Amino acid sequence: MRAQFVFSEIGVGLRRNLTMTFAVIVSVAISLALLGGALLAREQVNSMKGYWYDKVQVSIYLCNKNDAETEPSCTRGAVTGQQKREIKGDLEKLQVVDKVFYESSDQAYEHYKEQFPDSPLVPSLTADQMQESYRVKLADPTKFDVVSSAFSDRAGVHSVQDQKDLLEDLFNLLNGMNTAALFLMGLMLIVALLLIVNTVRVSAFSRRRETGIMRLVGASSFYIQIPFILEAAVAGLLGGVFASTMLMGGKYFLVDNWLADKIPLIQFVGWDSVLKVLPLVLAVGVLMPALAAFLALRKYLRV
Amino acid sequence: MIRFDSVSKSYPKQNHPALRDVSLEIERGEFVFLVGSSGSGKSTFLRLILREERASTGQVHVLGKDLGRLSNWKVPQMRRQLGTVFQDFRLLPNKTVGENVAFALEVIGKPRGQIRKTVPEVLDLVGLGGKDDRMPGELSGGEQQRVAIARAFVNRPMLLIADEPTGNLDPHTSVGIMKLLDRINKTGTTVLMATHDQQIVDQMRKRVIELEKGRLVRDQSRGVYGYQH
Repeated sequence: MRAQFVFSEIGVGLRRNLTMTFAVIVSVAISLALLGGALLAREQVNSMKGYWYDKVQVSIYLCNKNDAETEPSCTRGAVTGQQKREIKGDLEKLQVVDKVFYESSDQAYEHYKEQFPDSPLVPSLTADQMQESYRVKLADPTKFDVVSSAFSDRAGVHSVQDQKDLLEDLFNLLNGMNTAALFLMGLMLIVALLLIVNTVRVSAFSRRRETGIMRLVGASSFYIQIPFILEAAVAGLLGGVFASTMLMGGKYFLVDNWLADKIPLIQFVGWDSVLKVLPLVLAVGVLMPALAAFLALRKYLRV
Repeated sequence: MIRFDSVSKSYPKQNHPALRDVSLEIERGEFVFLVGSSGSGKSTFLRLILREERASTGQVHVLGKDLGRLSNWKVPQMRRQLGTVFQDFRLLPNKTVGENVAFALEVIGKPRGQIRKTVPEVLDLVGLGGKDDRMPGELSGGEQQRVAIARAFVNRPMLLIADEPTGNLDPHTSVGIMKLLDRINKTGTTVLMATHDQQIVDQMRKRVIELEKGRLVRDQSRGVYGYQH
């Protein structure tokens, strides 16, 4: 295999189909940027959900010692063992309740650290500052009110929170955008692949004299095909590089310098997540076009 | 070198087979003319030898290999031991004469040092010494065909297949090409040449194989072109 020969062939091929190559690069870049964006949005949602989000619908937070001094709902003091037993017993008697989990303040502390490893609060936080809680899985997820009305005024209960209420709208929006992005990505990817198939067809046709001679003098089919495949792979790689640039630009300008200022409450996905997505984006960018070219060659190039 | 055992070839969507029950053998070092009118099966005969097609029935042996059983990925290896020349030269117009010949070596991965040494040698052999840097478009038809022959011969093939190599050339130039092919044959390379050129066949007095409607109708050593044409 003579690398120089192959590379000069690729260069010639890419220049000859400059417009088509450009179209391939742009469509691959857009589809991959959408793919990366969708993956990051999913990661964003997952990082915001925390430990209990998909497991329960209602959280009953219990008063701890600190709350007893500061919170109006806890004026009757921190929760006692007796109160806890009663709450648990009453919860389990309710028809709408499916399962009850207990989270100790130590566990709460662990889950918090997992969810917000970078939070500035973690070093100063201790386990006994966290609230104990009962996490309730409902047989009918819409029946939050039943639990809420029964327990929110009880002694030892700090608050009853509808787990979905807080973030559901945001998640619905993110998930909707995610689905839309993936759909658009699929569409752009199909466009990109069709463009590649067409490029290969044109390329194979305009080079049929060369490939015909190569076949006659006994060049292996791999040797005949590899310039076409690498051509597609190079175009795809360029698309992948553009997509990566778009993702990093989006993270830097859109998220870090704009969204993070506007919405300081949310912890957005970090650079580590972005950097984790990039290799995937580049790999898909190289492999998909190469595969498409390979399949197109089976149809348009006799070897 | 080449052996056909009751070979038939039919193409889909065609009523009459292109070759019917052809059996013959061509020995090492022979010079053979393949004649017959258009549509007689000459091209199919050559395509079977190059394994561009497979026989429908019967067996084709080339260089000791049963082409029907040769797996696809071994075909390039086999073709490297054949040289092929066509009526339309099939040169690359944007490469020089030297590059055209070198191309055949590059694409089968020969080292550059060997290419640099072999190409001028073979151009000398075909009578184009010193024309390495000319473009094919600057050469006459006869010279272009010599380039094509140089490219076919640069690997020192055991078998040279020529499909009407003089079809686009005037009689005088054709004689030069035939002398070259004869010289190549004298080096021990088997030459199989399909042609319509009566004069050449009659002059050379080599073995003549004639096909008609896909059948082998004549196989004559030291033959002439034919009677009925």
